[in-house]
Amino acid sequence: MTETTETIKTSTGRVLRTEEMVVNMGPQHPSTHGVLRLEVVLDGEIVVDVIPHMGYLHRCFEKHCEHMTNYQQVVPYVDRMDYVAAMTNEFAYVVAAEKLLKIEVPERVHYIRIIMSELQRIASHLIAIGTFGIDMGAFTPFLYYFRDREKILELFEMTCGARLLYNYIWIGGLSHDLPPGFIEKTKEFCKDFKTTLKEVNDLLNYNEIFIKRTANVGVLPKDLAINYACSGPMLRGSGVNFDLRRDDPYTMYDKFEWDVIVGKGEMGAVGDVWDRNMVRQREMWESLRIIEQAIASLPEGDVQKAIPKRIRPVPGDAYGRVEGPRGELGFYIVAEDSVTPYRIKARAPAFVNLSVINEISKGAMLADLVAIIGSIDIVLGEVDR
Amino acid sequence: MGLLDQKFESSNVVITTMDDLLNWARLSSLWQMQFGLACCAIEMMAASASNFDMMRFGVIPRATPRQCDVMIVSGTVTLKMASRIKRLYDQMSEPRYVISMGSCSNCGGPYWEHGYHVLKGVDRVIPVDVYVPGCPPRPEALIEGLIKLQEKIRNESLVQKKAV
Repeated sequence: MTETTETIKTSTGRVLRTEEMVVNMGPQHPSTHGVLRLEVVLDGEIVVDVIPHMGYLHRCFEKHCEHMTNYQQVVPYVDRMDYVAAMTNEFAYVVAAEKLLKIEVPERVHYIRIIMSELQRIASHLIAIGTFGIDMGAFTPFLYYFRDREKILELFEMTCGARLLYNYIWIGGLSHDLPPGFIEKTKEFCKDFKTTLKEVNDLLNYNEIFIKRTANVGVLPKDLAINYACSGPMLRGSGVNFDLRRDDPYTMYDKFEWDVIVGKGEMGAVGDVWDRNMVRQREMWESLRIIEQAIASLPEGDVQKAIPKRIRPVPGDAYGRVEGPRGELGFYIVAEDSVTPYRIKARAPAFVNLSVINEISKGAMLADLVAIIGSIDIVLGEVDR
Repeated sequence: MGLLDQKFESSNVVITTMDDLLNWARLSSLWQMQFGLACCAIEMMAASASNFDMMRFGVIPRATPRQCDVMIVSGTVTLKMASRIKRLYDQMSEPRYVISMGSCSNCGGPYWEHGYHVLKGVDRVIPVDVYVPGCPPRPEALIEGLIKLQEKIRNESLVQKKAV
């Protein structure tokens, strides 16, 4: 596709034409965070249009849900949707399923779920910021953050035996209770991790080069963010004060004290790439606050008491949603008179957030497009499902 | 430096075969294609990050297939992606190796039955040298796969003519 966009006359009267050029970015590209393919229309180095192409990781999630022998077997597939934040995905599915089945779970289960979910949020943001740093040319924060992410994975591993995909949160309960020593190790992690957060905050987020690369780039205005149904750090980075944990407090989030982090436009316009990144950075502090409170008031109880032996819901439907690391993650379950779900639809935040990329990258440089993709924090398993 | 101190005090001549020399050089600097597909890519990232540090084996991620020796197929290969993987493999210069990481790229993994868009094993499009099982494999498992690949390279011969 080449078409004339502009004609420039030189002083000697010669007519110069600029032509648009189409560049393919991906599916194999180090900074598309997976197998995203972007068709980029360029005018020189300026981005004119971005068309995302998806489906390179379409793993037939919804088809699998219909073919499982019961509701519980969906959980491992839910894990593999957003593989960076598997705990939160299970949480969302289980919230929807418990709403459908009208199960009340013990208080201890709620608390452990919240602890796991917040630890997972930290782990996910660590990857997001670490790889975003690599995209911007900073390798050190990646190494620091992965070192501390391993500590979270160790906690998960001692709880359920898996490092990445857990199958830990079950409908009506958990697969295991917390192991001995978990509380102490988590407390120790919370204490140590604050040092790293401070260190990397100075190293990356207030680095002059990093600010130059990210401030005023890919500005997402408030109204556009709402119109495109963005959620999570994308939405809060644009200055919209909305968090499902506070505004629709599922399970027990209303019992904890914490703040919703909102982008303020400290380095440039509100809603630029720097703001979105900073929202993630500051959210980790809030997650630590929630974890510390939850651990301090962890009630006793049997975590497997409410797990149903056989799941056969009355026909109907339910929608459950949680605030994942990427935004509002929801599952819509339609049940018929059967032990398998009739249909499960996932509302994936990464997919919705990605749809805004065309609007916010128009007029940016090609190199800034890398920054914009990094700040959206997509996980292709969730985009394509 | 232990080896050099003890054995080569008086002279700095080493006698070896051409094959051994070439293989030693090749297996000590396996450049990997920086190319993640799915969940396993996160474990691959963890394997090359601080705690596991795959670079101590000379595995350096490169962004272009022209500079790579080994392709780690990390994750589910869908039908749409399969043709791209074939093309990337064809762009790599020989001798080239493939590590299939995780159940999905070994055989389809959890998606083997109803995954209408999932290729049931990457070995249907490109030849695979080492299979690493697991869903996802731990970074240690990937490193073990890498050591297995190094063993394979150590026993190869570039100099001698191959039997046809």
